[in-house]
Amino acid sequence: MSDGGTAAVERAVADAHRREWAFVLAATARVAGDFDVAEECVQDAYVAALDAWARDGVPRKPGAWLTATAKRKALDVLRRERVFRSKMRLLVEPDEAEMDETEQDAVPDDRLRLIFTCCHPALAREAQVALTLRLVCGVSTGDIARAFLVSEPTMAARVTRAKKKISAARIPYRVPGASELPERLDAALTVIHLLYTTGHTAPSGTDLVRADLVDRALNLTRMLLALMPDEPEVRGLLALLLVTDARRATRTDAEGRLLVLEDQDRSAWDRAAIDEGRRLVVDAFRTGRVGRYALQAAIPSLHAVAGSYATTDWRQVLRLYDELLKVWPSPVVALNRAVAVSMVRGPDAALDEIEILERDGRLAGYHYLPAVRADLLRRLGRHRESATAYRAALDLTDNEAEREFLAARLAEAVDSGSDRSSEG
Amino acid sequence: MAQYGIFIYSPAPADPMELTPDYVELLDRYAAQVEELGGQIVTGFALQPSTTATAIRGDVVTDGPFVEAKEVVAGFFVLEAPDLDVALRIAKLNPATRDGGVEVRPLFVPPAE
Repeated sequence: MSDGGTAAVERAVADAHRREWAFVLAATARVAGDFDVAEECVQDAYVAALDAWARDGVPRKPGAWLTATAKRKALDVLRRERVFRSKMRLLVEPDEAEMDETEQDAVPDDRLRLIFTCCHPALAREAQVALTLRLVCGVSTGDIARAFLVSEPTMAARVTRAKKKISAARIPYRVPGASELPERLDAALTVIHLLYTTGHTAPSGTDLVRADLVDRALNLTRMLLALMPDEPEVRGLLALLLVTDARRATRTDAEGRLLVLEDQDRSAWDRAAIDEGRRLVVDAFRTGRVGRYALQAAIPSLHAVAGSYATTDWRQVLRLYDELLKVWPSPVVALNRAVAVSMVRGPDAALDEIEILERDGRLAGYHYLPAVRADLLRRLGRHRESATAYRAALDLTDNEAEREFLAARLAEAVDSGSDRSSEG
Repeated sequence: MAQYGIFIYSPAPADPMELTPDYVELLDRYAAQVEELGGQIVTGFALQPSTTATAIRGDVVTDGPFVEAKEVVAGFFVLEAPDLDVALRIAKLNPATRDGGVEVRPLFVPPAE
């Protein structure tokens, strides 16, 4: 085989890794009854693909080839272990009827089981996130550790502990029933959204966007939508990610400095992503079962169609925030709503809302609270108070791009404040 | 089937003689609910109030429960259930979750050779 041929096979395997990992692992886990065994067999199958595909050509359905190979390896492992007295099946599949089906007939997609098991509420949120990246996306533990700024051994221990809990506590490998579905789906969407926000605004470091995490989150949501086409909240999440991500290129300027919504170049927003997102929002609203993701997506959709910050339909934005607070009474939502209040009723009215949030205390330590306060004070010309709030926000943020932005605003506030005092 | 230890936590001192009538009524209905949901109580006990407990750490003996907290263990039972989802559904219905809470913990089974 020529070098070009080898490169083509490597590309095909890498491509299958990105596209098919979840499908292959989910199906293999059902045969293996154990995530560790399944992972090992799936990894072996990808390694075997390098040779086999170079020899026989890339199969027409790489996912099916990989699944068959990994399942066969899993059955080998099981047979070998049975010799040493069978070990307990670690993954619980409560649905006996489905277990009797021959494997080939098991067309119903196992990826949903995999997602819901990884996002099971009995697992800590950080474990859910790590497991989803590891098992559903096939991201290496080292890469997950780097994305979440922990050491590799720490992340490896987190993943191992979670897998152990799944088998020891018998967290079932299944899609939850209708009565539990809304709550369980919300947990899965929260995990994906968290992946996205971690990628979108890295908590610290110099890169504002960790593109890989953002892409993983978008792909996961698309997968979930394909598997659950009737769930408006999945639609809502995909819309939210698309419309937010459409602004990715304009969030920083050429020097990597942060640009707030007001200063972004709207002509550079990704119109195709915005259009797709808006269509999804409309679809979700049409079902009449509007949840927090669809509402959250509707807000940036309004921004996306406005010609400028000032000409945005702020009244409608405020109405959406009112609705959002009803279904999701979060102080972060209340803070964002305060910005909309400032555009409809003026910065003074918004400051009242900020003071309520400060007394509430839940956002202590959240740098956007003093940052919003600083901006409102700046707009009111209360520069010295504004400078104090900018300093408070700076103390609370680690992200370099955001620090630079706040420092620049602080310098302006200090200048304006001293100008005024020299006049007075 | 798997077995889980279900630990009942109630506000100290968790005196079983001080249970309110409606708590007792909920408790009376509980066993039937457990079976309806697909579980079975293997064995279970209520404890005397935590004021009767004695804790030992090293060679120091102290009056009171091992961990000083607002809520104390009021009792425990062993539940047999097909998986964690069923066990959690059953645990959620326990009346202790109103003022205190419960902990669901799988029993240890030594691995086969």
